[in-house]
Amino acid sequence: MRLSKLRFRLVPALAAGLLAGGCGGSEPAPVAQTPPADAKRVDAATAARVSGRVTFEGPAPENPSAKLDSDPACARAHPDGLELETILVANGGLENVFVYVKDGLGDYYFDTPTTPVVLDQKGCNYTPHVFGVRTGQPIEIVNSDATLHNVNAAAKVNRGFNLGQPIQGMRNAKVLTAPEVMVRIKCDVHSWMNAYAGVLPHPYFAVTANGGAFELEGLPPGTYTIEAWHEKLGTQTQSVTLGEKEAKTISFAFKATQP
Amino acid sequence: MTWLHRYIKVVVASTVLLIAAGGMVTSTDSGLAVPDWPNTYGQFMFSFPLEKMVGGIFYEHGHRMIASTVGLLTIALAIWTWRADPRRWMRRLAFTALGAVILQGLLGGITVLLLLPAPVSVGHAGLAQLFFCLTVSLALFTSPGWTRAQTAVDDATLRRIAAATTVMIYCQILLGATMRHVEAGLAIPDFPLAFGHVLPPAWTGGIAVHFAHRAGAVLVTAAILATAGHVWFHHRGRRELVRPAILLVLFVLTQVTLGAFVIWSGLQPIVNTAHVVNGALVLATSLVLTLRGYRCRFADLPQSAAAAGARDRRPPLLSGPAAGSPQNI
Repeated sequence: MRLSKLRFRLVPALAAGLLAGGCGGSEPAPVAQTPPADAKRVDAATAARVSGRVTFEGPAPENPSAKLDSDPACARAHPDGLELETILVANGGLENVFVYVKDGLGDYYFDTPTTPVVLDQKGCNYTPHVFGVRTGQPIEIVNSDATLHNVNAAAKVNRGFNLGQPIQGMRNAKVLTAPEVMVRIKCDVHSWMNAYAGVLPHPYFAVTANGGAFELEGLPPGTYTIEAWHEKLGTQTQSVTLGEKEAKTISFAFKATQP
Repeated sequence: MTWLHRYIKVVVASTVLLIAAGGMVTSTDSGLAVPDWPNTYGQFMFSFPLEKMVGGIFYEHGHRMIASTVGLLTIALAIWTWRADPRRWMRRLAFTALGAVILQGLLGGITVLLLLPAPVSVGHAGLAQLFFCLTVSLALFTSPGWTRAQTAVDDATLRRIAAATTVMIYCQILLGATMRHVEAGLAIPDFPLAFGHVLPPAWTGGIAVHFAHRAGAVLVTAAILATAGHVWFHHRGRRELVRPAILLVLFVLTQVTLGAFVIWSGLQPIVNTAHVVNGALVLATSLVLTLRGYRCRFADLPQSAAAAGARDRRPPLLSGPAAGSPQNI
């Protein structure tokens, strides 16, 4: 890149960065969204449902432990150590899998929730570890720890951010405006702290829990591509066709050797 | 001048420490552990409590503290050189170093505020090496061996290959920095082969950058061996050339070994950082050898002495003991 071009790109970016840094902690403006008059909405009377389970084949691998000794506050919070949630298997089911409608919804309109999704930093760990959020919906990031955290959203489609929360009880709200599966959120102070946010323009997503179970409700009849995403085991997709008020069950099976 | 020379050597040593600290920041992925700049979590950098330097903050904030110290040392260096050194070009060089360290600090801040874009981070890494080269040059130009030199080798071939080698090493360092900042350090996970083959069976951007760095290592090693071989066969009696030539070979062999261990250890931070620091030492040593090759071109050397040094171009068996006394630089 020529120096002049680089300069012209860097200067506004630096100015924006400085302004953003100078205004750190400000809340995002409320998302003002007026639905179009002819907005196509899902008819609750005909809505269908798809549910299922994500399983893990083979013995569950042992997750690594966090190296808590780099911060005494974290070590105090977990005197017996902290096992990471990388591959969480319960009763043969795989948890922390983000299951969502990847394709097939068409042009339905969905109101953007104004209630924030809360991402808590507690015990030097993110809670929840995997979550879904709607485009434009606030994410409230909380520091419940008596230590410093930075919250680094390494987004590829959205505009990433990196905010500092040095004081216990601090709260900041952030908004991701574009669909992106997934946005990795990490703390560079505590290298083991990772969370993943699936940002979608519709409400049809779930994170597996209770032995790998998930449920997507209120879907309009149609044919959909459902994707299951796992931070280490990759993705799997399935196609499912739902009729009016129909309920279908699907399943995904991951194994350790999967890329 | 002697005390100035000693002081500049302290700046050089501090810069090596700074490069090591920067290497640890990248190797531990701590570059964004302090999200603001120039403050640290909203506090003035120098008043940030030590007990809060935990995890990644220890590396990033520590890097900033060392960088600030090197910046202050460089301000003093520029002022001292301005007052003590009669050579105008030296005074300019000292202030160039000051400008470089200021720009380096700004680049460091920009890359944090922009969330570590690879071009800016690579620029930060590249300028670090240039600043290090400037401090090493200043140390060399104030050394007794340089200032009291009576003779110097006048060998155009040496100048050409040494300069080319130094440029190649710098390009190789830039390639390595690019590889680090696009996270391609393990794009090829085995060594010395690539996915079990001599050439990678598949290519991506990361694999290409990584493989280019390996190929660059072969070329740089060959260039260094050629330079060192030239010094050994043509100027064996010139201690000021033989010493950096031998050091250069030792450093590059260490560098290749460290590079292998970087892969085998899975990017272990200490090994990574040792590779970065040793790379800087390879560059600095090659630069010193190059500048000593150009010593005869500096105006403060007696013309007759430069001509006398030219005799060293003959093979040792023909010329006998080298002309001029060895320089203690």
